Amino acid sequence: MRRRLHPGAWWLWALGLATAATRTTNPLLLLLVGAVTGTVVAACRSDDPWARAYGMFLRIGLVVVVVRLVFGAVFAAQAPGTTLFTLPSVTLPSWLAGVRVGGPVTAEGLAVAGYDALRLATVLICVGAANALAAPSRLLKSVPGALYEVGVAVVVAMTFAPQAVTHVRQVRDAQRLRGRSDRGIRALRRLAMPVLEGALDRSVQLAAAMDARGYGRTAAVPRARRRATAALVLGGLLAVCAGLYGLLDGQAPAALGAPMLVSGSVCAAAGLWLGGRRSPRTRYRPDPWALPEWVTGGSGLLAATAMTVTGLLGADGLRPAPGSAPGLPPLPAAGVLIALAPALLRGIRT
Amino acid sequence: MIRFDRVDFRYGGTPVLTDVDLEIEEGELCLVAGRTGTGKSTLLRAVNGLVPHFTGGVLTGQVTVAGRDTRDHPPRELADVVGYVGQDPRAGFVSDVVEEELAYGMESLGLPPDVMRRRVEETLDLLGLAGLRDRALATLSGGQAQRVAIGSVLTTHPKVLVLDEPTSALDPVGAEDVLATLQRLVHDLGLTVVLAEHRLERVVHLADTMVLLPGDGRPPVHGPTAAIMAESPVAPPVVQLGRLAGWSPLPLSVRDARRAAAPLRERLTNASPPGPAAPSGPAGAAPHRVGNAAPSDPAALSDAALSGPAAPSGSAGAAPHRVGNAASSGQASTPATDPRGRADGAHAPASVRALEIRYGPVTALRGVDLSVVPGEVIALMGRNGAGKSSLLRALVGLVRPSGGRVLVGGVAPHETPPRVMVRHAGLVPQDAADLLYAETVAAECAAADRDMGAARGTCRALFERLAPGVDDTLHPRDLSEGQRLALALAVILTGRPPLVLLDEPTRGLDYTAKGRLVEIVRELAADGHAVVLATHDVELVAEVATRTVVVAEGEVVADGPTGEVVVSSPAFAPQVGKIFAPVPVLTVDQVREALSWA
Repeated sequence: MRRRLHPGAWWLWALGLATAATRTTNPLLLLLVGAVTGTVVAACRSDDPWARAYGMFLRIGLVVVVVRLVFGAVFAAQAPGTTLFTLPSVTLPSWLAGVRVGGPVTAEGLAVAGYDALRLATVLICVGAANALAAPSRLLKSVPGALYEVGVAVVVAMTFAPQAVTHVRQVRDAQRLRGRSDRGIRALRRLAMPVLEGALDRSVQLAAAMDARGYGRTAAVPRARRRATAALVLGGLLAVCAGLYGLLDGQAPAALGAPMLVSGSVCAAAGLWLGGRRSPRTRYRPDPWALPEWVTGGSGLLAATAMTVTGLLGADGLRPAPGSAPGLPPLPAAGVLIALAPALLRGIRT
Repeated sequence: MIRFDRVDFRYGGTPVLTDVDLEIEEGELCLVAGRTGTGKSTLLRAVNGLVPHFTGGVLTGQVTVAGRDTRDHPPRELADVVGYVGQDPRAGFVSDVVEEELAYGMESLGLPPDVMRRRVEETLDLLGLAGLRDRALATLSGGQAQRVAIGSVLTTHPKVLVLDEPTSALDPVGAEDVLATLQRLVHDLGLTVVLAEHRLERVVHLADTMVLLPGDGRPPVHGPTAAIMAESPVAPPVVQLGRLAGWSPLPLSVRDARRAAAPLRERLTNASPPGPAAPSGPAGAAPHRVGNAAPSDPAALSDAALSGPAAPSGSAGAAPHRVGNAASSGQASTPATDPRGRADGAHAPASVRALEIRYGPVTALRGVDLSVVPGEVIALMGRNGAGKSSLLRALVGLVRPSGGRVLVGGVAPHETPPRVMVRHAGLVPQDAADLLYAETVAAECAAADRDMGAARGTCRALFERLAPGVDDTLHPRDLSEGQRLALALAVILTGRPPLVLLDEPTRGLDYTAKGRLVEIVRELAADGHAVVLATHDVELVAEVATRTVVVAEGEVVADGPTGEVVVSSPAFAPQVGKIFAPVPVLTVDQVREALSWA
């Protein structure tokens, strides 16, 4: 049986590609990113129910593009250029001077809107790929021990939604069986009570089952250590916030930037590690992080790096002018193609 | 292993358990029996401390498991010695994949990874789950889910396994799978198993000892199964038969009874033809009983049912005898004198032709033909997921047929508005509580009258008939399972549908409540209603159904008089049928009558 890759590797890969996508409006590059995710998903996805997520995100992406184009044509101020067609326009009162409804639509204006929408859609598609390749709940299993309880809560909440949908359907059926219409506000109100009751019932049952199976067993921890843990985590997170602020705000003193961020991260990590020792839990078959994970995660990061570096160097091609045909800059394109590595890896291993 | 030392449990002033004093030995398979509401679940949950740590209430006395007092050990501290599987195994699932579910308990206990790995593999093999290891829990069938739930508590190597109604939601074959697994655990691993079950006929022959909860304030009795069964007010057919025939020792399994029954079988074979031992089986016997039962109680149910403004004219009192004829013929001919047949013209309660139902890529039903005549009681049987519920749902218009034709009382259900549909067919769903919303019984009944457009008090009168003497101010959730089913049935009957559909009606019912249900169904049939029940309960089918339809993989594979269909099937034959095969008797009552004839 083929080993599943660590979910973290897939998310790293997908977020790398998403980062790359945010750095450009070049439609060729964006389509390349989309094609790469599609190829890898097709090659590597499993038969699990969540593997269908990709198709759903793809459709959402298309909707985003269409909506953005329509809005761009109707409302946005048009870039000067070739007029394609003219929409009937509405004359607005003077206090709405900045807003435009209808009027001439230029090819350039549509191109700007389209590139922008394509970028957003590509980011969405990257996230969809991550969802299809690694269920978010599996990612949660890799959180540090101290955050385990939070992880379980999220997993339980996620299994809850489909159950609630089933129950809503049951209750609606029951309404029909009693000869009531299942539409309208009153039906909605009659629906709410039984569904809420059912949800409560189920959570109580689940809590009992989890308790009976040893959830929440804790090891004895000295009070001093518990306090140290709390102080480290809280202090660390505060420092991280301050550090981020320092980095993002150019006017802040330099000491507030990187050094603060690093020391804060170290503190928080130490706190989480200490806190994790309070719980005696062990982990069943933790996903290993080996060469395939390095390759997968690394290829995503390379794609992001290639795009970012090109952008910083000020090279042409990442933001093509709307009037001209976009070219394909070689370095970013190569970077994106590297992200095909997981699909190749899959081919080699089988 | 498990010790209850003078245990009393009160919940908000109501005593639930009184003076429980018993000891369950290591390696014992102990069956907890008793009527609904006698505290079986409470007793089970006291073993691992869920009572009172989780539920609240006041527990006096002492419960010790493997030397640990539950007073000092909350459930999570007992997780390594007691494995607990609740009534609905799916409600207790924490993860989403079989293999991870099996490992969850061990992760909580902090076992080393290599031990976890080994035990998961062992458990997968032990319970026959190896093929399911990567399956999402949501896709499992009932029997598989139950086995995964058992497996998930076994991986921690508990000394005691506690199961609350492990087979009541399962089809006969799935139930046997689970029980065979349990027996293997007791025999091979020396596990102590405590389980509660209403369907005693499924488990009583496996149990070493029994705890019987009398429920009237007296303390429970604990002893060897045969000794307890001799006295028990709840007893499976095989035991009732043993008592009737005066066999000693009392047989607990079909095999024992079959050996003891040889002389009796001889007598039944020679019994005179007018007796129910005639080849028509219960189809011949049922009308006989209906004829006896209904006239002695001059159609009080139909009076209540017909007192509404839209009642069709016609003498309901004349129905029972005719009904007997219709049922025994089992053909799709509407008796001309039936009041409902006349009111609705030539429309049969239901006729289904080449029905096909698809859910996305899955075909639930294919090429199903079925016609239902008034006064008929049809049992739909088949595996979990065979398509029984889909057929019932199609008959009330909850699903749209993908092909073929469904006519109920002459209308197509899925195109008929709910308000009209309730006058043609009524369905009591698997979870009867789904139908009930109101805060009190009285409010529920009033709402039903309004919903169905019936005269005020119709529903309450029906409910009084089905379950006499229930306090009007009770919340429907506080009723017993049997009462709740009766209330749901009353709500449905308020619309006076000629076709009454029951989905798995005996789930959670004790023998008394089941006996009452059998009477109610017979009265409905006598009153000219056609009744269709989807059920796994072979004993109920033997008691009440005139015709049995077996569904498999979405197709009808058998359709005929109950006696003929059921006797030939190893899975669907009732205990008495198995004991006397090839003599076609199915219930203890039939044996009793046959003996009085012979």
